[in-house]
Amino acid sequence: MRDDIILCGVGGQGTVLASRLLSTAAMRRGVPVKAAETIGMAQRGGSVTSHVRIGEGVSSPLVGRGGANLLMAFEPAEAVRQLAYVRQGGTVVVSNRPIVPVSAVTGGPTYDLDAIMGYLEQRVDNLVVVDADAAAAELGSSRVLNVVLLGAAIRSGAISLDADDIREAISIRLPERFWELNLRALDWAH
Amino acid sequence: MHIEFLMGNEAIALGALAAGVNVVAGYPGTPSTEVLETVAKRGSNRTYMEWSCNEKAAMEVAAGAAYTGARALVTCKQVGLNVAADPLMSLEYVGVKGGLVVMVADDPGPISSQTEQDTRTFAQFAKVPVFDPSSVEEAYAMVRDAFELSEREATPVFLRATTRVDHGYEAIEVLDEAEWQTHQAEGFVRDSSRWVIFPRLSVANHAKIERRNERLSRELAASAYNRVVAGGEQRGVRRGVATHGINYAYVREALGGDCELPVLKVGTPFPFPEDLAIEFLRELDEVLCVEELDPVIERALLQACGKHGLSVRIRGKLTGDMPPSGENTVDSVRAALAAFVGESLPKAPETASPQLPVRPPVLCAGCPHRASFYAVKRAMRGKKTVYCGDIGCYTLGNAQPLDMVDTCLCMGAGITVAQGIFHVEPDTTCFAFVGDSTFFASGITGVINAYYNQADLTVIVLDNSTTAMTGHQPHPGTGRTMMGESVQPVSIESVLRGIGLNVVETVNPFDHKLAVKTVQRVSAEPGVKAIIFKSPCAMLERPKAQSSVDSNACIGCGRCIRELGCPALFFGDGKARIDASQCNGCTLCEQVCPVGAISGGEKL
Repeated sequence: MRDDIILCGVGGQGTVLASRLLSTAAMRRGVPVKAAETIGMAQRGGSVTSHVRIGEGVSSPLVGRGGANLLMAFEPAEAVRQLAYVRQGGTVVVSNRPIVPVSAVTGGPTYDLDAIMGYLEQRVDNLVVVDADAAAAELGSSRVLNVVLLGAAIRSGAISLDADDIREAISIRLPERFWELNLRALDWAH
Repeated sequence: MHIEFLMGNEAIALGALAAGVNVVAGYPGTPSTEVLETVAKRGSNRTYMEWSCNEKAAMEVAAGAAYTGARALVTCKQVGLNVAADPLMSLEYVGVKGGLVVMVADDPGPISSQTEQDTRTFAQFAKVPVFDPSSVEEAYAMVRDAFELSEREATPVFLRATTRVDHGYEAIEVLDEAEWQTHQAEGFVRDSSRWVIFPRLSVANHAKIERRNERLSRELAASAYNRVVAGGEQRGVRRGVATHGINYAYVREALGGDCELPVLKVGTPFPFPEDLAIEFLRELDEVLCVEELDPVIERALLQACGKHGLSVRIRGKLTGDMPPSGENTVDSVRAALAAFVGESLPKAPETASPQLPVRPPVLCAGCPHRASFYAVKRAMRGKKTVYCGDIGCYTLGNAQPLDMVDTCLCMGAGITVAQGIFHVEPDTTCFAFVGDSTFFASGITGVINAYYNQADLTVIVLDNSTTAMTGHQPHPGTGRTMMGESVQPVSIESVLRGIGLNVVETVNPFDHKLAVKTVQRVSAEPGVKAIIFKSPCAMLERPKAQSSVDSNACIGCGRCIRELGCPALFFGDGKARIDASQCNGCTLCEQVCPVGAISGGEKL
């Protein structure tokens, strides 16, 4: 078992919890795991990434370029920003809902969603696009996008963990009152 | 023993608890904060802990505790160490009785800091031994050895880690709570020849410190934290790599499982394990030093070559083989190693990616600092002003469209920098913005200095009742301590009045009209005066209600978006729209809208 996973998004989107669920799931399987998080100023709406490395023979908690077999992107532009870390034939699971930064309307580079999604479709062999708005509407919460993406990643078959591993991790990491919503989020598919 | 998945900082805290630490004091700062927070979460009530007002206070509290024979831990980030430098430099001369470990988090990059300073260099300067962990597992082990060394040698000891170790995670084996050491303090024994620093004591102890560090250099050469990982057989030029900290992991990763080049890994950069380095160098013609921040190992190897007449070419930052600044990565280290052995890496195909928006950190939706900055901005329209900022979330007020931070230097500097500008430019209306935690950390001295020396400036205290940037730690204004007590909070207004300020007004910044009027009135008063903008951090209060835009009423002028830069506001189909997943209902945009098209928030 060897998985090198990168999660990326915007500070506040819940990437850290998703990374923790993956690590917890790997630990329950008794597999070594290393991880690294963005903590600090970037958590205030900046670009954030988490690296999770599961399996034997890993020295660095950070994945090198072209090393990740899965990129879980909580936001389309952030997926493009981290795409160089995905290996040939790797999988990208991406939320289709853009978060337009203030800078894009106050004179900075603008946000062209069509160009960004088009680029991902053209460059990524295994692209899974998750309809975040539909998920939020059906689940009644936009706060579980992280677990919706995890579910899509598991179903894509890109990594060695399965849905039961994540279910167990949810029961370990989250208070019981959040289990039902998160388990529904894990199984949600459009 | 059991296995836990731990952040580096959590492992450091658990290591200190396992070593029976009695007193823990620190000041929050990324990437160090989680150490003390974990002590609070996992420690028992046998451990005294506090978030001190600043790092100097923390160091002195720890020193006093160590004088009694207690084991003490100080936690701070690299710039925090500068604040604590005064007591630490002298403490090294005085020494300690109980173990005193100073955990400093360095920040290559820098990712969340003002400087790229290297605590390994600081250790040489202060003559204080330093441990430099390369992994979460090693950090856990090093803390306990740092306490042992500190106690045995009666010196403070640094444990210095960088962001990628502090915020790296690993599943490691740790001691059960039942296996933790307990440490009993003997108590303070009066001895003025030991605890009172005077020139005579300093000169005597200085000589002892130099001899001790020479001895430690030899002893540490045998420590498992310093080691040579053998390489394969080499033909022609014999090459090796010297490295430290997280770079050791990057080097291992780049060289692959069966490492063909020998690697010298340095875990105690001061006192430098010279004997081990000599053994390593004797077998080689060229060494590449892979380091972050200062070329500490590189200089030590150059020195060793000179001292022992070795003809080995030492390459690294000083020869331009490694970048002089910034953070290393798996990829940059891989490239440097390839260049070192004369290989070229396959180039990744370059494809033109679409233009991406830039995403710097911003003040949160509903952040009271935005309302405060905006009120001052509106009140001072057309006036010659200077806005001196400080360290905290509110440094983000520098971004467009607010653009309300003209200077930022270090904790508490805003007030005294504004004073300096005033003395040269008395016709400029000077403002100093300071957060509540920063006010207690080092703002008060500045206010006294400016007040007594007859400056004319307005101090704006941005009081959100927490230390927000680092994750909401309590401070003396909150009425909570890390021991879980509810205590009498220190009133910022009373402190300012106690200094002598006659004009001190407290206003809710979300009452926009009142806030603007208050700024106009107060800033026109002579001398040093203050406004306390008081409203809790948006992350601590759940929104009571959210604002929404009546798109029939919205004229699409974009004023709310352009003036405030709130991340919850955006344009859609030519109208202002509000992202419900972010809106905090602060009502500031409602008050800014010229046609009253936004409503529904409920902050006031």
